[in-house]
Amino acid sequence: MAAVLRRVFDSDLWWSFRRSPVTVLSAMVALVCVGGALLAPWIAPHDPFDLASLNLMDAFKPPVWSEGGDATYPLGTDDQGRDVLSAIMYGARISLLVGVAAVVFSTLLGVTIGLVAGYLGGLADAVLMRIADIQLTFPSILVALLVDGVVRAALPREVHDQIALLVVIFAIGISNWPQIARTVRGSTLVERNKEYVLAARVIGLSRTRIMATHVLPNVLGPVLVIATLNLGFAILAEATLSFLGVGVPPTRPSLGTLIRIGNDFLFSGEWWITIFPGVALIAMVLSVNLLGDWLRDALNPKLR
Amino acid sequence: MLAFILSRILQALPVMLAVALISFAMFAYVGDPVAIMLGQDFTEAQRAQLVADLGLDRPFFVQFAKFVVNAAQGEFGLSYRLSRPVAELIAERAPATLELAFCAAALALLIGVPMGVYTGLYRTSWLSRFFLTFSLIGVSLPTFLIGILLILVFSVWLGWLPSFGRGEVVQLGWWSTGFLTWSGIKALILPSITLGLFQLTLIMRLVRAEMLEVLRTDYIKFARARGLANRSVHFGHALKNTLVPVITIAGLQLGAIIAFAVVTETVFQWPGMGLLFIQSVGSADIPVMAAYLMLIALVFVLINLVVDLLYYAVDPRLRVERPAIQGA
Repeated sequence: MAAVLRRVFDSDLWWSFRRSPVTVLSAMVALVCVGGALLAPWIAPHDPFDLASLNLMDAFKPPVWSEGGDATYPLGTDDQGRDVLSAIMYGARISLLVGVAAVVFSTLLGVTIGLVAGYLGGLADAVLMRIADIQLTFPSILVALLVDGVVRAALPREVHDQIALLVVIFAIGISNWPQIARTVRGSTLVERNKEYVLAARVIGLSRTRIMATHVLPNVLGPVLVIATLNLGFAILAEATLSFLGVGVPPTRPSLGTLIRIGNDFLFSGEWWITIFPGVALIAMVLSVNLLGDWLRDALNPKLR
Repeated sequence: MLAFILSRILQALPVMLAVALISFAMFAYVGDPVAIMLGQDFTEAQRAQLVADLGLDRPFFVQFAKFVVNAAQGEFGLSYRLSRPVAELIAERAPATLELAFCAAALALLIGVPMGVYTGLYRTSWLSRFFLTFSLIGVSLPTFLIGILLILVFSVWLGWLPSFGRGEVVQLGWWSTGFLTWSGIKALILPSITLGLFQLTLIMRLVRAEMLEVLRTDYIKFARARGLANRSVHFGHALKNTLVPVITIAGLQLGAIIAFAVVTETVFQWPGMGLLFIQSVGSADIPVMAAYLMLIALVFVLINLVVDLLYYAVDPRLRVERPAIQGA
């Protein structure tokens, strides 16, 4: 354990991390966001889904520093008397869950397709990359919307409500694979002709085996960076879909859903219901993006 | 020139056909159009009659060919949700979206390019630093939050601008415009800023990066050595050479503007195609979704074509006849 720690602290990655105050700050913000989201059931002041604890008398309480604020609800309450801070923590959980799952899905899909296209070449390569090209001409948020709409039309309503979370993950993931596939294909084309691959072929390993155990580890570097940057995108995409009312079901509100619900009360002056979830969303996405930028620069030897 | 345009159109055809295939597959396999059109009470004979009328008993390729022919004529059938022809619905709402997209794009270019030139020329001034910080915020704020914040400040707190709808519109033939009334113009301001802000910051950063690159080159030094005025060096020589990438990105971003119009139109209850599309997604209205998909694909193909033609106008090197490499 101590040896591992020493290796981490001696690495040049850690050195470049410490040297950039913006990165350290965004890492701390990201840690607070992720920590607050993951530990929500234990550290949130209230349970926003426990109907018994909701009291309509407490509805529309402003944040604690405004006139009429209540110390039990630091960021105020919404129309049903739910604590905004707790709702944000639980909402960030859903946002993070969907974001991470969508990134994992699109990365798996993109890496597999890129690897197959790059290693096999020929017709498979041509067809897969043309599909990627066509999809890349459309903005990914439109693709996600379309996939969500088609699935909604294909499934009966009851079934859809049950798996709505999976549908959103699928829609965001599928809208995002071409970029990863192209990167992986590019590095696979380079790796394919190296001697270790030739050696593996000479000793008679199967193509699947060579792709999975020999080429794959060597093309994963850039994927890590893209995946980090995609996480910010995926969280935003989920928030946008939920804001548009086609994302996660309202029974499990994410940050986007909270913003949409709060939007209805903007005009009556209850701005905190929508602004605080928005601030939480921005903090989360901005810190993840800044970390991704840093990782990209730190792992790129050309920029040192 | 003509050969170039033709080769581009030939390249675009497979893309359009692929998108048509997806749209058609949505029509044919998602949900059951016959059940939706028949309603509750029907006999087996009625059902068979409708299937025959719609041509659903014909082979796949015959149906697909018919779909493509109809689509080329703008015929997409009836909306499941509103029971009106899809083409009519879209034509009705297109002006709203196009005016909004036009304003947003104009805003992004007319403000983004000068800001980019300024930050490129005076890198260390405090105003440049301010612009750059501002652009970082513009890039990381999601569109719908920008809209909500603008509404909160300018509609709720200050009460200066309307927060939803198009205001009063004037009907010019089939085109309804908001440009001719005061309330229509006021209603355009907040949605245009919301939609254009991201593009504005993007164009500003791009122009800045290109300007920094170009200002370092020898021909700029030479132009200065010849004693040309700063104005002529910066705008006549430097800016012109930054335009090729700017046109590419601006063209691609026009597509993004249309895509994000969906979000902006929802925030501002703007009665355009994006709002129509999102309502269709919510209620699984396949004909509208399919038509919208085809329309967006067409817009993208056209934008790419126009961008290619603009290269010709901006970059004289492309106009030199190169017989072996056509349309490179």
